[in-house]
Amino acid sequence: MIALLLRDLKLAMRAGGGFGLGLSFFLIVTVMVPFAVGPETELLSRIAPGVLWIGALLACLLSLDRILALDWEDGSLDLLATAPLPLEAIVTIKSLAHWITTGLPLVLIAPVLGVLLHLPASAYLWIFVSLLLGTPALSVIGTFGAALTVGLKRGGLLLSLLVLPLYVPTLIFGAEMARRGASGLSIETPMLLLAGISAASVALLPFASAAVLRINLR
Amino acid sequence: MSIWEYANPKKFLSTSEKVMPALWVLSIALTVGGLIWGFFLTPDDYRQGSTVKIIFIHVPAALMAINAWFMMLVASLIWVIRRHHVSALAAKAAAPVGVVMTLIALVTGALWGQPMWGTWWAWDPRLTSFLVLFLFYLGYIALWEAIEDPDTAADLTAILCLVGSVFAVLSRYAVLFWNQGLHQGASVMRAGAVAGDTEERVSNVFATPLFVCMGGFALLFLVLVLYRTGTEIRARRIKALLARERLEAEA
Repeated sequence: MIALLLRDLKLAMRAGGGFGLGLSFFLIVTVMVPFAVGPETELLSRIAPGVLWIGALLACLLSLDRILALDWEDGSLDLLATAPLPLEAIVTIKSLAHWITTGLPLVLIAPVLGVLLHLPASAYLWIFVSLLLGTPALSVIGTFGAALTVGLKRGGLLLSLLVLPLYVPTLIFGAEMARRGASGLSIETPMLLLAGISAASVALLPFASAAVLRINLR
Repeated sequence: MSIWEYANPKKFLSTSEKVMPALWVLSIALTVGGLIWGFFLTPDDYRQGSTVKIIFIHVPAALMAINAWFMMLVASLIWVIRRHHVSALAAKAAAPVGVVMTLIALVTGALWGQPMWGTWWAWDPRLTSFLVLFLFYLGYIALWEAIEDPDTAADLTAILCLVGSVFAVLSRYAVLFWNQGLHQGASVMRAGAVAGDTEERVSNVFATPLFVCMGGFALLFLVLVLYRTGTEIRARRIKALLARERLEAEA
């Protein structure tokens, strides 16, 4: 398992920068927002938590097809499926690798981008915590979507159409938590619900993803 | 005599063809009758005027939009567990009907909301959950369209339907948490609403034609799904026949 994780991480770091791409995309989305809505400090600081969440979500979405498509193309997915490791574990590792290369950097850089959007000082901690809790769910749900569309030639658009509705609850609770944190309200309820969604997704969705992969590998 | 006999496509086709003419007549009669009753034979509401009558389309469509997804969920489960092709095809056949029902509910809701709430759209929990449901339907249909092998497509969409149902319910509650609503609660089925001993209820004058419309829409959904499932079965049969013909021509 660790070998597979290291392999995926190395591939993501080396092969043509899937690693930096998500981050750059996140940066550029955040930079584009003030151009679109105007530079007023007050407005920006009010919408900043939502913008950061949407940016993270889109950056995550962008990198989803890399989770499985490359392994599918060169046939290593077939090898992995016949390996002694259960497919559920492989899928979990793949999600974990995606989270480490995409989710975690997004979480770390989000407070920095918050400066650009005049994020209120009280919100830095909460945007960080909410993304930290929410991005694992994004990765795992995304892996499920990637597994569904892995056999398709031009699956990118379909992948977004399938995955984005599944992201709705995570986005709502995550952004709500960051927003409440920013305005100093109690964040307990959305935080617990967000953590619950993440934990349940991580625990259950790999089974669905593995089932889907088995069907696709048939 | 078990229900699984109808998992045989031939049996399904012959039976559904027998009951379908009656169902067509009954569903159209109920729908048209209920709508005429609702539109022309009920009084205008004293506050809402004649706009209240959109309820006769809006509520049955919304009801069927949810029930269609539920039916797809059951059909998908049957496909995953017992692998009856008719079940998978019925789920496939129900999806476009469901998406149209969702769209009708959304559009009639907007038409009603404009004079009543003064806005076409509000980010109200009920409205938003319906929009999310609409997106789920779109994704489901798109996945069916995208995959060529019919069995793979049936498997993948079935799992998407199962996972999607969980997330649809989650979204429903997430949305409820996210914004408090403008939309009224379910006032049609509330206990005592028909008996008439609660304050906030749909008056009996409106309730009876509404139930007729609901019955009509439900039957209409049923007959459309039967019809479309029959079409799917035949389309697949034609494909098989053509393939066999090609094989024999080559041999």
